[in-house]
Amino acid sequence: MDYFLELFLGGLTRGSIYALIALGYTMVYGIIELINFAHGEIYMIGAFTALIVISVLTLMGMNAVAILVIAGVVAVIYSSAYGYTVEKIAYKPLRNAPRLSALISAIGMSLFLQNYVLLAQTSDFLPFPNLVPDFEFMEPYAHIIGSTEVVILITTAIVMVLLTILIKFTNIGKAMRAASQDKTMSMLVGINVNRVISVTFVVGSATAAIGGVLIASHIGMINFYIGFIAGIKAFVAAVLGGIGSIPGAVLGSFVLGWTESFATGYVSSDYEDVFAFLFLVLILIFRPAGILGRSEKNKI
Amino acid sequence: MVSVWFMFLTFPIMVIRVNPVEHVVEWRWLNMVLVGIGSFFLSFVWNYSIRRKEIGAKKSETGEGTNAIPLSQRLLKKKEVYKPALVIFGIFALTYPFIFSLYQTNIMISALIYVMLGLGLNIVVGLAGLLDLGYVAFYAVGAYSYALLNYHYGLNFWMALPIGGVLGAMFGILLGFPVLRLRGDYLAIVTLGFGEIIRIILENWNEFSFGPSGIAHIPRPPLFGIELSVQGSTIFVYYIMIGLCLFTIFVVNRLQNSRIGRAWIALREDEIACQAMGIDKAKTKLTAFALGATWASMGGVVFAAKTTFVNPASFTIWESIIILCVVVLGGMGSIVGVIAGALVLILMPEYLRAFSEYRMLAFGVLLVVMMIFRPGGIIPNVRRVYTFGTGSQNDES
Repeated sequence: MDYFLELFLGGLTRGSIYALIALGYTMVYGIIELINFAHGEIYMIGAFTALIVISVLTLMGMNAVAILVIAGVVAVIYSSAYGYTVEKIAYKPLRNAPRLSALISAIGMSLFLQNYVLLAQTSDFLPFPNLVPDFEFMEPYAHIIGSTEVVILITTAIVMVLLTILIKFTNIGKAMRAASQDKTMSMLVGINVNRVISVTFVVGSATAAIGGVLIASHIGMINFYIGFIAGIKAFVAAVLGGIGSIPGAVLGSFVLGWTESFATGYVSSDYEDVFAFLFLVLILIFRPAGILGRSEKNKI
Repeated sequence: MVSVWFMFLTFPIMVIRVNPVEHVVEWRWLNMVLVGIGSFFLSFVWNYSIRRKEIGAKKSETGEGTNAIPLSQRLLKKKEVYKPALVIFGIFALTYPFIFSLYQTNIMISALIYVMLGLGLNIVVGLAGLLDLGYVAFYAVGAYSYALLNYHYGLNFWMALPIGGVLGAMFGILLGFPVLRLRGDYLAIVTLGFGEIIRIILENWNEFSFGPSGIAHIPRPPLFGIELSVQGSTIFVYYIMIGLCLFTIFVVNRLQNSRIGRAWIALREDEIACQAMGIDKAKTKLTAFALGATWASMGGVVFAAKTTFVNPASFTIWESIIILCVVVLGGMGSIVGVIAGALVLILMPEYLRAFSEYRMLAFGVLLVVMMIFRPGGIIPNVRRVYTFGTGSQNDES
């Protein structure tokens, strides 16, 4: 039973990380119908920035919690800046081009960012310090769930709530929803669609950065390649839940997290990634719109 | 303004390098200056190109655009330029291994393998418009089928080549079935996943594929039972590759203008209209996958024979992306373009060894820039057009 619970909570943690990344995918897809391949890279850059800030501040001798907060904030700022710039360079000129072009451009951007970090930093795995203190009250449950995982779960929950508020109750959220329904129409009623798209990229990148910092301190290692696989998994999660739908992305991430956790726990850990992809293929065959997605009607 | 933004942007990654093990921080202010100056000039180039592109777009909208065929195409059209060029190119290709060293010949062989892979992927991406990011999986299928068939049953190269091709086609159909209904972006992800699945299986299924250590001592192709020296067999592989490339070019060229080729192009342009015209969407897509996979697989067989060693590390996702770069750079759908693209992309890094670290970085930039400024590639494909007026007059005369 304990083993089951451990796997269950492990899956939940994994799922919440995927959710943080998948949100960016699904938001961007909802508005411009483009897979932002560079999204995983943004998340990786977030983790790297956090690592750099942490190392510098540790040398200056600050205490752990302050460092964690500052590193998180800096990572979010930088990731958002990168997200914004990537959109301006690689996607905006292709707004009206065929989808294949935008997709290839996105792959190019992802390749570029990966190698940029590889060249400017290092190709080795860097240890990422775990800054979350061990909570006293967690002692009795330590064999099932660690305090880092608790922090991850709580942070994810807070981010979800904030995001829901942003989208449901603010003006920009309303504009986002409008733009995702009909871009031309929302331009006609006076929404600056370009700005909305930029904001979407910034928000998506910010959540990805939070995910990056959290997972880096959970796993304890980063290198330039982490973004790619995590990005693809998060995309799988977004598709599972129905791409374009925000609750769907969260649900899909949890489903994917549990699938991987149980599959590696009970079957074999060698084929972890295979399960994720097989799951994706099955979902796309039997329910292409995803768990919560609306089925799309094609008009001629 | 732009350069300040980029200096800010690249500050943590470019300037500071940390070593968390020894707790040393390295400050590299020089990089920051370089980024600032570089982005300052690049932003001018960028703005200028964007403006030119917009002007071009406006012109073609209002119908002012000149319908001039690009210079490269005009050269290709003219018989008197085209024929001697082909002859010179042919003589050069035939004598290549005797003029240059073994090392050069080896590089050329890998470039030719990429020509073949590029032409194969060109069918899938360029003609049928299906973005396949798991193309390398079929390459792996070919390489492993030769390696394993040889290991277990002692089949030689010439028997493995068609078997590898058939196996590749089968895998292509196998992948094709579940993804038939998917559109562009889903397709990209599923094929990417498929490529990774194949690689992970090859890496982990030790009894079948000998895991990460791979299979060594794969024999080189025999020439009528004569044992060749290393040098002789390299030259022989080179000629095999030339032959296979010519065969590929011939087949792809014929396919492009056949019924099925036109069906692919129609499918790429508009699926719904295409179905309304009575084209079987499923069959057309499956043939594209199967044919594309066949070439990749045959390329894989040659690869295994050339290196005499295969392991899963040769078949990562990045190989797929390099092949995609070849197709995109050369021009999607254009045969000459793809050949040129493969030669440029594969030969350049070999001769510019000093910059080899920056190869993938440059590929990334290349994909973005090509898509924005020249989506047609360096030598864009020109569709066969029927010209009235001049065309009919020529027929009468």
